[in-house]
Parts: sequence; C-alpha cells; structure tokens
Amino acid sequence: MADREKDAHSGVETTGHEWDGIKELDNPLPRWWLILFYICIAVAVVYWVLMPAWPTLNGYTHGILNQSDRANVAKDMKDLAVKRGHQGVILEKASLEQIEQDPNLQAYAMASGQAVFGDNCAPCHGAGGGGGKGYANLRDDVWLWGGGLADIQRTLTYGIRSGDPDARVSMMPSFGRDALLKPQQVDDLTEYVVALSHRKANPASVARAAPVFAEQCAACHGADGKGQQAVGAPNLTDADWLYGGDRKSIHDQIWFGRGGVMPAWRTRLTEAQIKAVTVYVHVNSGGSGVTAAPPTAPAADNTSVSDAAK
Amino acid sequence: MIAVLALSIVGMVWSLCAAAFADDAPFRIHAYVILGASILSSIACIGILGDGGPKGRADRYSDDVIRAGVYASLFWGVVGMLVGVVIACQLAWPTLFYFPGEGWLNFGRLRPVHTSGVVFAFGGNVLLATSFYVVQRTCRARMFGGIAPWFVFWGYQLFIVLAASGYVMGVTQGKEYAEPEWYTDLWLTIVWVMYLVVFLGTIWKRKEPHIYVANWFYLAFIVTIAVLHITNNLAVPIGPFSSKSYDVFAGVQDALTQWWYGHNAVGFFLTAAFLAIMYYFVPKRAERPIYSYRLSIVHFWALIFIYIWAGPHHLHYTALPQWAQTLGMTFSIMLWMPSWGGMINGLMTLSGAWDKLRTDPVLRMLFAAIGFYGMATFEGPVMSIREVNALSHYTDWTIGHVHSGALGWVGFISFGAIYCMVPWLWKKQRMYSNALIEWHFWIATLGILLYIAAMWVSGIQEGLMWREYTPQGFLAHTFVETVAAKHVEYVVRMVGGLLYLSGVLIMIFNVWRTIRGDAPAAVEPDKLAYPANAVAAE
Repeated sequence: MADREKDAHSGVETTGHEWDGIKELDNPLPRWWLILFYICIAVAVVYWVLMPAWPTLNGYTHGILNQSDRANVAKDMKDLAVKRGHQGVILEKASLEQIEQDPNLQAYAMASGQAVFGDNCAPCHGAGGGGGKGYANLRDDVWLWGGGLADIQRTLTYGIRSGDPDARVSMMPSFGRDALLKPQQVDDLTEYVVALSHRKANPASVARAAPVFAEQCAACHGADGKGQQAVGAPNLTDADWLYGGDRKSIHDQIWFGRGGVMPAWRTRLTEAQIKAVTVYVHVNSGGSGVTAAPPTAPAADNTSVSDAAK
Repeated sequence: MIAVLALSIVGMVWSLCAAAFADDAPFRIHAYVILGASILSSIACIGILGDGGPKGRADRYSDDVIRAGVYASLFWGVVGMLVGVVIACQLAWPTLFYFPGEGWLNFGRLRPVHTSGVVFAFGGNVLLATSFYVVQRTCRARMFGGIAPWFVFWGYQLFIVLAASGYVMGVTQGKEYAEPEWYTDLWLTIVWVMYLVVFLGTIWKRKEPHIYVANWFYLAFIVTIAVLHITNNLAVPIGPFSSKSYDVFAGVQDALTQWWYGHNAVGFFLTAAFLAIMYYFVPKRAERPIYSYRLSIVHFWALIFIYIWAGPHHLHYTALPQWAQTLGMTFSIMLWMPSWGGMINGLMTLSGAWDKLRTDPVLRMLFAAIGFYGMATFEGPVMSIREVNALSHYTDWTIGHVHSGALGWVGFISFGAIYCMVPWLWKKQRMYSNALIEWHFWIATLGILLYIAAMWVSGIQEGLMWREYTPQGFLAHTFVETVAAKHVEYVVRMVGGLLYLSGVLIMIFNVWRTIRGDAPAAVEPDKLAYPANAVAAE
C-alpha cells in the first residue's frame, strides 16, 4: 500500500496503487450522490408500504393503499359500461332498421362501428373505407354483393371465400392460365370489356369476342355486362374497377381470375359489433344500397371487378 | 491445442451426422457451416503443431488476437448498422422496401440481425478485444491459456454466423435478444466458459497486488452473462437433428425469465462491460487518476446487486403479479445513483484535463459517451415508473431510449477505445487523421440527436393517440392512423441512422490508413506497447 502521493492538480492523495500508469484518487463519495441514493431507497421503501410489494409464504404484502390492478381494470370496465349507458344493450336487441332510424342509437352505433372498423377493416379497406386495388371501396354506391343492411351484415358475418360454411362464394375462372381460352380470345375479351365500359376499343376484336362473352361471361356478368350481386359478379359497364380498369389490368383479371378473401367476422367480433359496423358502413356509403335477391347456390364463374376510386 | 483439435474432430463427426439426418433445411445448412469451421480449425491446429507449437514470445502480451478483434468489431459494426438502416427504411416506406418474394428480407427476419449484429457482434467483439487488452496490461501478465484466446475469438465469430444466418432462414426461439436456437446456444456456452477461464487465468497470474476496477466490471459481465444465457435458454429440442426447440418455461414464468435476461443483457453486457472500457481508456487517454476509488467500489457493488432485480419493469400492467412489478420498478429507481456513480467517476477523472476536450476528439468522444450514459440511466428509471410506463410502453420512446444508450454510450465509448487502441496496437504515434475523427464525432452526434429526438416525438405522440377516447368511450384513433402519423419521424430516424453509419465508415477509412502505415510510427514502439515493467516471464 505504499507510494501514497499527492495529486498536484487536486491536492488529493492517491490510494498508492498503480496499474499500467493508472492511479486512483482517494476522494470520498460525493455528498449529493449519497443523499440522492438514500432518497431513492426511501422512495422505494415508502412505495413498498403503500403498494403490493413483497411475496410472502402464502401471498404477498398488499400495501396500505390496497391497490390492485385487477380491481382497477374491473372498475374501469364498469365505469365504461355506465358511461355508454344502456345503448350497448339495446344495440344487441334492436333490428338494423331500428338502429338506423333512432338518432341516439345510430350515433352510438356509428361511434362503436368506427372504432371496430378502424382496427379490423381499415388494414384492407383503408381508414376511411376508400378501398384500394383488390379491396372494395365502401364509400360509394357500387356493391359486389349488395349494399342493403342485410347484405352488409351477411358479408360481415360469414365473409367472402372465407372457408365459413355460410360464406359468400363465387369464382372467376383463370381463363388464360388454365387454358380455358386461347390467348387471342383473352385479348379480344379485353377489348370487349373496354368497349362495355364505354371506351374506344378495336372493333374487330370486339366483334370476335361477342360470342365468347355470351358463352363464357354472360352467365354471371349478364348479357349486358351489368353484373349480378347475387353471385358477386361486378358491373363491367361502369367506371369502377376492383383490380384496375386499364387494358393490362383487365387482361390480367381475365387471365388469372383473381378473387379476394374477406374473413368471417363472427369468429372475432360480437353480434353487436357486427351490427354497429353494418350501420357504419351502410350510412357512410350513402345508405342507398338495396337488399339484393335472396342468395342462390354458389354459381360457377364469378367475381371481382368493381369499385376503386374513380 | 490438442483439446481444440479433438473438439474440431468431434465437430466434424457430429456435423456430418447432423447433415445426413437433419430434420429441416436450415439445420442441414448449419451442419455444413459447422463442418467447414471444424475442418478449418483442424487444419490450423495441425499446422501449428507441425510448426512445433504456438508462436509468440512468452514475455510479451499476446496482441494478435486483439488486433483480430478490432477488425471483427469494425466488420460487424458495419453489417449491424447497415441492416439497421435497411429496416428503418422498411418502417419509413413500408411499400417501397417490401419484398414479398424474398422472405429473408422481411422486417421480422432482419430486425434480430440488426439487434444481435450491433449488440453481440459489434459490441461483443469490442468487449473481447478491449478485455484482452485491458486485463493483460492491468495485470502485467500475458494472456492465460495458450491458443485459448484464439478459440474464444473464432468460436464467437462462429456463434455470430450461426445466429445471424439462422435469423434470415427463420430459425428463432422468438425471445428478444435470445433468438438463437438450442445448438447455437450450446456452442456459445462452451465459448463463453472458455472466455471466463482465459480471463480468470490471466487475473490469477497477475503481477499486480490488486485487481483493477475495470477487471471487476469485465468479470461481473462474463459471469452474469453466462448465468443469464444458460437460464433463459433452457429448452428441449424436438429432435437431436432439428433446429426447433421448446422452452422449459411457459406463460408468465417464461415472460419473467425472458425479461430478467433481457434487462440484464442491457445491465451487464451494455452497461457493466462498457463501464470497464471507460475505467481503463478514460484515465489512460486523459492521463489523469480515477476520481474516487471509494466511489468505484460502492457503485460497482450497488450496481450489480440492484440491476439484477429490475427486469419486471418490462412487464408493467401484464399478467405478472403486481407485487413483482412493484419490485421491478422500485429497484429501477434505486438503480439511478449506482448507475450515475460510473458517470461521476468518468467525468470527474477529466478534472485537470478539461482543456484536452478542445483538442482531442477521441477524449471528447469518450466524454460524450459518458454524457449519453448519464442521460440514458436517468431516463431508464423514469420510464420504469408505472404511470410513465403506461404512456411509454410499446411506443417508439422505448426505441429512442435504447438508442440513446446504444448509439451514444456503447457506440461512442467503443469508437473511443478503438481510436486509442489502434495506434497502440500497430505501434503508431497517433491515428492517421485527427480531422477525420472530428468529422466522425460531429456527424455521429448529429445522427444520434436526430434519432432520439424523432423517437421521443413519435413515441409520445403515438402513446397519447392510443389512450385517447371519444365521449362515448370508444378509442379515438385506430392503430393504422397512429402508424401513418409517424411517417415523418420515421424518415428522420432513418436519416439519423444513416449519418451514424457514415461516421463508422469514416472511422474505418481512418483505421485502414493508420494500419497501412500513413501515420508516423511510434518513436519507441516497444515502450509504447510493452512498458518496461510489463514483461511477464512464464
């Protein structure tokens, strides 16, 4: 321990040790440091007295404030129920039409529906419900499977191609990929669909495609191409497109026959939540959608193409 | 030597079996990686044996492995930080940097490559290199164990390769900072025990009467990481040749074990071990004595005793019993001053050398590191308070907190140590360019400030959005809205990370020019690298 020396700069003694030229000063613990350390320990001890803190043989110290996370959560949930009043209960019992007609109930359903929509539907349909390529726009009056209250509720409950036994199911064939049609025929049909939507198209192609359309497409999309909501077949004569309306997109859709999946929300949302979202979507779409014909057995060929921003 | 050769042969036999009977493709690939490593190490062993045993003068410090550690640190630093910038781009522009056809480029795969890359690959190699450097010089003894240090070095690189390549192939335990699967964990255990043996052996044969404080911190780091690593990775593989295993813990026990591990990985890897670097390189560079021996004793024992209990603050408002949450929080509050003890000792050691901060950018870097350390170790206890945590938890505030510690403290103290060691190890008077160190310092500082400011704003913003209710008691904002609202902050964060990475590239250029010989050679190289009284006869 020899070699204690005085540091010239600070006037403090060293400890007399040295490692590779490093020495240590013999300064005491800084006073403010020690006081703060004790204060922190005191804060901890006070906290232990007040709150649940130390385990014991058959439980734990509950603290004199008798705080409990579980009790707090239960109380918060109860307060929330009181705040929401009896409307949550009524929502479960009322019919969709009743909900829409009662202003208070509608306001409540819209608020609830917006929250549920935002966390469940918005990832695909967009926060505002505007949709995107492959995901239907829910803010307009163009509907694949019908825009009436009952239609929307059914789509929400069972989903589309969701695997649920009551799901809405239809399939647009992959005419090109599965070689159901020749490439030339797919090209011609593309022109035909372009013509249907009132745009300039190659007349020769359109003429060649007419019998093909009547034979392959009309069953679902209708002879006039205006679609059929019972089987989710979109209207091809308007300017709304689910997978895009340019020639390449239309060609791709005929070639590959894409069809999206919407989950059956009954596995995840309560009936009251589904009702709230139904009203939310219906009101936001303008509420003009009418309930389509009763669902038919899954017809062959069909799907997609509608919606998306104009 | 013979032991390493035997281990390599066992490795060859095992990996051939594993490759033949592998249950899954990633395991087979890893078996081939291990086979390759075993063959290389056997060739190296046989070569050395043929030459008549390991070279190197017994009366000299073994510095070759430290030089290798410097190279490895720089290499993995660039890899880890580059991946960090990539995933920051993915978060800022999710559609632009999304590659559905390339699963291995997904955020979920790359994120652990970044975290493990910077913490364990970069940070770990810095710790290997500096601990080997410091322990020899402060013990006045050559490293213990013959080629054992080399085994630790290459064994650790193999661990990194297995871990990182596993992540991109989807091999993961899904435990944060403990993602590697059982066989990689077993290998690290072997390497780590050997690291402990080398370190303890060197301390054992020291020529100094006392053990220097830096070595206490290194030893606490090595021992505690071993305990944490083994406990948190207790798992049962589904087959001897499968890359998948199941944890022995389940549910909330698993969560608590994981965060006991996770928090102390921060405490003992990123805090205690880098404090060891501080305790050697700051007094050495400033040429001043350590401020207070007593403070170093008290804060060392307080730090390691209290840190180990703080983990439950990661599990506030969860299924963890509330009393455990309370203990986690209160121990975190009590941890504040023990953490600051290191800061005080570091900063006050500069007293008498403050003027050097103006002229020496390396000392300034070490100084800034201590500053960021003090900031992060104050912010940590604040965030552990339940009411603060209710806002900050799961938000970007946590990310900002981690990075002020990682970029500011761990990064800067590492860069400072590398800038000190490179001229000492390669026997130069100084680094090639002081101006480039200045550039590195300022670019990196700007990067850190952009990064943490962006994350504070984004974290508090999203925390407030998450808890906002409508008058009817429904959430006011959807999750996607809170994500969309962070776009600008995410871009700023990416820019901050990019600046920080640029600083490292400048450092690498500077190190390369120094080693290549563009810096003046040391006047008395032997005196610099091996002080006269350092000779340790064996």
